Amino acid sequence: MAVLDTRTGPGTTSARPVPGRRPRRPRRRLRRTGWIFAAPAAALFALFFAYPLGASVLQSFTSEDAGAVHWVGLDQYRRMFHDTAFLKSLANTGLILVVQVPVMIGLALVLAVLLNQSWLRFRGTWRALHFLPAVTTLVAYAVVFQVLLKTDGGLVNQIVGVFGIGPVDWLNDPTWARISLILTLTWRWTGYNAVILLAGLQAIGKDQYEAAAIDGAGTFTTYTRVVLPQLRPVLLFCVVTSTIGTLQLFDENYVLTRGGPDDATLTPVVYLYKVGFQQFDFGYAAAIAWVVVALIAAISALQYLLFGRERRR
Amino acid sequence: MKGARLGLRLLARAVLVAGGIVSLVPFLWMAIAATHSTSELFHSPPPFLPGGRLLDNLSRLQETIGFGRVMLNSLGIALVHTVLSSVVSAMCGYGLAKYRFRGRGLLLGAVLATMMIPFQVLLVPLFQMMASIGWIDTYQAVVLPFLANSFGILLMRQSFVDFPDELIESARIDGSGELRTFYRVVLPCVRPQLGALVIFTFMAGWNSFIWPLLMLNSEDRYTVPVALNTLTGLSHVDYSGLMLGSLLATLPLMALFLLFQRQFVAGLLGGAVKG
Repeated sequence: MAVLDTRTGPGTTSARPVPGRRPRRPRRRLRRTGWIFAAPAAALFALFFAYPLGASVLQSFTSEDAGAVHWVGLDQYRRMFHDTAFLKSLANTGLILVVQVPVMIGLALVLAVLLNQSWLRFRGTWRALHFLPAVTTLVAYAVVFQVLLKTDGGLVNQIVGVFGIGPVDWLNDPTWARISLILTLTWRWTGYNAVILLAGLQAIGKDQYEAAAIDGAGTFTTYTRVVLPQLRPVLLFCVVTSTIGTLQLFDENYVLTRGGPDDATLTPVVYLYKVGFQQFDFGYAAAIAWVVVALIAAISALQYLLFGRERRR
Repeated sequence: MKGARLGLRLLARAVLVAGGIVSLVPFLWMAIAATHSTSELFHSPPPFLPGGRLLDNLSRLQETIGFGRVMLNSLGIALVHTVLSSVVSAMCGYGLAKYRFRGRGLLLGAVLATMMIPFQVLLVPLFQMMASIGWIDTYQAVVLPFLANSFGILLMRQSFVDFPDELIESARIDGSGELRTFYRVVLPCVRPQLGALVIFTFMAGWNSFIWPLLMLNSEDRYTVPVALNTLTGLSHVDYSGLMLGSLLATLPLMALFLLFQRQFVAGLLGGAVKG
């Protein structure tokens, strides 16, 4: 990275008879001008990030009783171990991580590979079609799925009814509600991940496919031995961002089911919202938030360790 | 050999067609449903063609949640958010890329930290902060906290790092001030990245849900997502109104996407893939 004020090499204007004095003045000037550009963001960060972040740490060690705030140490964190609703929200998140994320990334990979084929005509149109779900308003798509999955008369039940199945209680039965959430998430985010993977695929030169073909590699071998290894950093990016998204899930399941039925689609953030803004138990809400942060950090680090090694070499 | 390849291509097309149908049907259904009454919606067989209730639904939507007002609120908030946030991000990205100043490392650290720390951590303290200064139910409370957007700053920083220092230097020699150099010389050269930034900030502003849900209390200040959410919570849900509302909420984003596909993709990647 080039930085302006450190340029003192030959050919720049600072080559002067008295070296050492001359470059100092512009450097000091630039020290201040850098802040002209950084100041608005820095002020916003201090006010709306650093301060609330500190406040949130402190708050997670407190409890509020009839308006009086007490220091309770780690009590709020201990509470979570016995809180069935919170544990259930973690289990739900785990289920989405284990089932939905791999399925979605797999589908996205297939889509990206197909959309990258040179023989495919109208590629732009195909791409736009598959990426369309990624541009819906989050709340609007949850609303649409609520209507599609309505038990009596919803379009999905009418379609499966043709095959003699149903009616399925998509949103009111705990198991089906989980399945509905997983289907909804997959519909919205597969195209999004496919765009990213497609960009990764396009960064791999045509010559690599040709070289593999010359070496006698079939299509399958070319993809498993040549393409996938190179796509690894992009895949890792998709996995990590999807994991973070899952751990922060709120909009979809809040609108679709309010976390119900029987907490079957409750996620830590919806639970945090209920605890903080419906029960006004702010200390506990803050502690839950920090557990989410810790989980995101731990799982992302694990994923980097497991799948990111290749990059460092 | 040739037959096998042909079969593979046919299979590939079949997969694409199936995927396309799955992604398109909810949109089509949304558009068709928006023109029917609720009872027609759940009728068996379901309607396949547009009906004649579009204006009915629209006027009912206007009556129940003041949809016109809500759309204007969303549009206003998203536009102000986009303009201010893009300016702040571009400036900060430029500062971080091209200047060395005291506290630069700290600022970069803060930018990276906000990327890693989910904003839900800030929900409670930010809410209390807004409550204590009496900003609950105001537009500035919705917009201000998320103006310094770390994704945007890093995206911009990445695009400025490669900008040649010689051009900045020569503008300086010509007597142009730092801000003017930035505005007149540097910014026009990163127009594509700026486009990606604008699209993404707009989408984020338009889609934001949990924060406006917490901040806004009066119905005439609601944004579209918040208003749609209140409709789903009622005991007697107006489904066809909901579908029309969802359709209208999605149209601006779809228009943006179709107009600026290239920038949209660039924004998705945000320098992250470059590695």
